[in-house]
Amino acid sequence: MEQAVRRALVFGLIGGFAAWHLSLVGLIEAFAGRRLIGQGVTFSYVLLLALMLTVGYLVGRRISNWTGLLGAALAGLLVGLALWVLALLVATVDLRTVFVAASPALPDILTFNRGTGAVGLAVLLLVGAAVGFLGGGLTWLPATGRRAVLTALAIAVLVGLLRDVLSPIFPAPVMGFLFTPTGGLSLPGTATVLALALAVPIARQVLANRASSHRGSLSVRALQRRRVAARVIGVVFLASFPLWAGLFLSNVSDFVGLYILMGLGLNLVLGFAGLLDLGYVAFFAIGAYSMAVLTSPELGHFTLGFWEALPIAVAMTVVSGILIGLPVLRMRGDYLAITTLGFGEIVRLLVLSDWLKPHLGGAQGVTRIARPELGPFVIDRPQEYYYLILIGCGLAWFLSVRLRDSRIGRAWMAIREDEDVAQAMGINRVTAKLLAFATGAAMGGLSGALFASLVNSVIPQSFSLLVSINVVALLVLGGIGSLPGVVVGALALVGLPELLREFQEYRLLVYGVVLVAMMIFRPAGLWPEETRVRELEEAAEEGKTRAPAEVAAVTQDGA
Amino acid sequence: MVIAWTIGVLVLLLVLVGSYQTLAAGRYTAGQWFDFVVFGLAQGGIYALIALGYTMVYGVLRMINFAHGEVFMSGAFSAFFLADALARRGFLESRPIISLLALLAFAALVSMTIAVILERIAYRPLRGAPRLVPLITAVGASFFLQYTFRGLFGSGVRVYPTVPLLEGAVFGIQVKLIVVFLGALATLGILWAFLTFTRTGLAIRAVAEDMEAAALMGVDVNRAISSTFAVGGAMAGVAGVLYALVFAQVQFFMGFLPGIKAFTSAVLGGIGNLPGAALGGLVLGLVESVGPSLFLDGLGIPAAHQLKDVIAFTILVLILIFRPTGILGERLGSRV
Repeated sequence: MEQAVRRALVFGLIGGFAAWHLSLVGLIEAFAGRRLIGQGVTFSYVLLLALMLTVGYLVGRRISNWTGLLGAALAGLLVGLALWVLALLVATVDLRTVFVAASPALPDILTFNRGTGAVGLAVLLLVGAAVGFLGGGLTWLPATGRRAVLTALAIAVLVGLLRDVLSPIFPAPVMGFLFTPTGGLSLPGTATVLALALAVPIARQVLANRASSHRGSLSVRALQRRRVAARVIGVVFLASFPLWAGLFLSNVSDFVGLYILMGLGLNLVLGFAGLLDLGYVAFFAIGAYSMAVLTSPELGHFTLGFWEALPIAVAMTVVSGILIGLPVLRMRGDYLAITTLGFGEIVRLLVLSDWLKPHLGGAQGVTRIARPELGPFVIDRPQEYYYLILIGCGLAWFLSVRLRDSRIGRAWMAIREDEDVAQAMGINRVTAKLLAFATGAAMGGLSGALFASLVNSVIPQSFSLLVSINVVALLVLGGIGSLPGVVVGALALVGLPELLREFQEYRLLVYGVVLVAMMIFRPAGLWPEETRVRELEEAAEEGKTRAPAEVAAVTQDGA
Repeated sequence: MVIAWTIGVLVLLLVLVGSYQTLAAGRYTAGQWFDFVVFGLAQGGIYALIALGYTMVYGVLRMINFAHGEVFMSGAFSAFFLADALARRGFLESRPIISLLALLAFAALVSMTIAVILERIAYRPLRGAPRLVPLITAVGASFFLQYTFRGLFGSGVRVYPTVPLLEGAVFGIQVKLIVVFLGALATLGILWAFLTFTRTGLAIRAVAEDMEAAALMGVDVNRAISSTFAVGGAMAGVAGVLYALVFAQVQFFMGFLPGIKAFTSAVLGGIGNLPGAALGGLVLGLVESVGPSLFLDGLGIPAAHQLKDVIAFTILVLILIFRPTGILGERLGSRV
């Protein structure tokens, strides 16, 4: 009992603090316009409820008897109380000179429109306690059931959020059934989505069970056929995507594709060879600016076509990859990270300077970059660029797979595991690292060149540190070293924010949380690479017995 | 190595040629050079204070606290609100010294708290994990802090109130630059005394020397690490207020560049080495202030001040290539 109360107080306070944070940075209010279910339930409410649910779950997780449920309810209640106190504070005192997000509309949102009086307080406490209780109750479900329920809820929220995206894809009657005319999901729509989201994984589980019991009778050829079928469906989906997805979705998928390309490139460097490059944007910028300088008539140096410029741009990035790789060969870990970050900034500052303005356009950038031409046909719509980017991604993917399974790929991973041992085993550190930098740079450069042509202009602001952080974050989310992880990460970190416009403002806030939380709770990522899982497990084992201080940072050899 | 040396010699040559041409052309008067140097020293003092936070954490944990620039920013930003309130009530004019001390103490407290919480949440659970892991959480924490401040206090620039006492000049030197430089020196002195004479300071030094042995001798390692972050954070907070006195404005992104430059200073002096960090800060501050006019102007580069950050990054890269142990050249991390 005592333990339950203590945990409830701790997590209730943390939850209350988180609620204050979310409200005061403006996240809650930003989403108040996103109606998820009917007219009333907005994404703001869902965020607050999710917070209460999480707090309840965390309290109940360690306590297996009924006091856990009680503690969970208490913690939820505390979060509700914190929300009410904040609402009252914002309603009575004008905090706006300090906290810019403490707007007069905030109290209403925080109290579910029940006012800051006794009614509001009662509602918040009740809702908090009830949702916290439910969160505690989640710990009583078996793990598979819990996962199914949470996934179903998440899918329902996602469907509600992506209404505008879904409307061009599904026919009008389906949309009319699922959604209310002006708000979010309709009630029968919600029920259908939840039921489907629950039914599909259960059905898959049942099928998998049956399949595994029949595995003996299923011939190798049948399995192969199934795999081929899955691939064909995947290819058809990807190839036909812009035809039915519309302009907006094609545009978003173009950007996701460019980030996948960069992610695959950085994955070679960070995921395979274990070199944290925080200046990856430099290659993206060099690729884009090469394309701009070579093709734009504005600067008047060259006026090549897209296809002539593309290989030159990629070659430029390969050369710069080697040039950047050479001086940092002997650095490890954090030193490498900060040096590459320095390189990335140098590139940006040089591009921005008046000194190179006649050659690179300075702060105004360069416009009128060439479009790719195929005979008489000019590629200039996002739907058409999609195919170009898709081919680029496919190429990079193929290269990554072949490199990973090759001798050089194994050399990279050996360096990642232990550089000294790798060298002692006869791996040429210099060539291996330079190859990683050069191929990684080539993919970043290709992405940059395509980007420049797609948006038809380059400005220095497009090449800030945030791009590098974006790419690192998407790798971390998907799983460092994992190729499918790159796609998952890019969809979640680039695709979702593009679709949720209100979210743009808070993108980096969420990235920060994602980076920290993933490293603490799920270091292998959402779609981990197999060897990485093993490695992290071993490192965790080792970490228990070894003092962390023994590793030196910079190697002294070879000076 | 041949390539690296070629680059090194080339850079040196460029610096010499540029300096010669600037001096030969007589572009700047002696008074202007003097101003550059004074400004460089004040700026260097601020870098030195931030650099100490990097170097102490490095000495104890062998990791780079990438989010330290944001600790600096949070101190400067929070103190802005106190300064604003004080200025509005006229205290900044009537009781300038007490007001300034209050600002410094407040900023130090905020930065200290944030640094300690940062360690507790983002670094402690991952102690003993592969090296890359705490670095990634540090990057994450850095962005989380930046955008929290942006969300809470807005993305615009807030103008620090001026302290009337610090306006004006003595012997042709701006008073605030003198105060900033002396303030930085005084804070360095306090830090030295703290590490030398207090039990906590002793514990920090012991943990930096050998974590396991210190633990065996009964030192509470977690507490010592927390104190390291607390002390480093407090200094960053002080640096934040001094920075705001010089540049008179705060913004959520302000921690990024000083953070990197302070890191450069720490590396320049020899990371893990306290006097090294202070020296590195001063050197970098000077080079950055004098450099663009001295050797970039001479090379015929227009608007050379735009490239002063490039100088810092180039120094960082060159130091890491040619002398990763820094100016003072001690063995890595042999002292806090």
